Amino acid sequence: MPAPERSHRDGVREVAPLAIAVLGFGASFGVLARAAGMGAISPIVMSATTFAGSAQFAAASILGAGGGVASAVTAALLLNARYGPIGVSVAPYLHGGLWSRFIHAQLTVDETWAVAAEGEGRFNPKVLLGAGLTLYAAWVGGTVLGVAFGDLIGDPATWGLDAAFPALFLALLVPQLTTRAARLAALIGAAIALALTPFTPAGVPIIAASAGCLVGLTKAHGETTP
Amino acid sequence: MTTAWTVVVLVGLGTAAIKSLGPVLLGGRPLPRRIGALVALLAPALLAALVAINTFADGRSLTVDARVLGVGVAALAIWRRAPVLLVIVLAAGTTALARALGA
Repeated sequence: MPAPERSHRDGVREVAPLAIAVLGFGASFGVLARAAGMGAISPIVMSATTFAGSAQFAAASILGAGGGVASAVTAALLLNARYGPIGVSVAPYLHGGLWSRFIHAQLTVDETWAVAAEGEGRFNPKVLLGAGLTLYAAWVGGTVLGVAFGDLIGDPATWGLDAAFPALFLALLVPQLTTRAARLAALIGAAIALALTPFTPAGVPIIAASAGCLVGLTKAHGETTP
Repeated sequence: MTTAWTVVVLVGLGTAAIKSLGPVLLGGRPLPRRIGALVALLAPALLAALVAINTFADGRSLTVDARVLGVGVAALAIWRRAPVLLVIVLAAGTTALARALGA
């Protein structure tokens, strides 16, 4: 008997445990974005339009450290560059019109992509939509809660919120270090960033660190070497 | 305020464009392999830089302060496979405690 085809509801159900974490994650973005001086409304609009955690945290941390618009935007978009190939992998399984494909594309993030995968490079667009809308609601709702809660906090350093940023980035980084090339890229990226900090404006060291990805050129099959 | 809004608008538009690249613009055609391999390494390089900077940078100088303790505890929690939210709370809590104790 073949496995029954998964539907929108399966997407909602399978992503539900993650949605709780994403709600809390969205709340931390709201709190930290407020602490970084982004105000109350712009973090919520950013969650609703960008819908990509690590990029939003990166932009907020650079703005909070006094970095400029160009640095914050460039770093965020470089972090989101991975959604280019991810979107390309999903594209053959999206059928509807332009608008429908656009919506599916916006809801394709790391978690929904993983849940919608059906093996052998195939993706289920219904699961993607169900999971995507669930996580979207959790992310934006969490941000609203965080922004509201951020009002009550006062000086973020008293609560150690400045340490929450690197802890979060570390939690996002570790699952990515599955290949030798990824570990090397991470080491080089961190080294470049620390070396440039005394000499360049805030945000620039982060962007320069993207040069770490060039190890992919020297190790052509690095992505499969453990 | 205006700075934040400019960032919000530009990052929003840019991200929507990146996410749409495959499904809307390429319509199902694949990317060259070489580019895919490089893009896959962007996230680890940038995330590691963000960890380093947010742990050690204070403006343009590098310092070791209470944040290092928080990030150390976070690393331990990640190693023990704690959920992300707990990792964040532990890092902030440790750093706040260290500061309260005068570190």
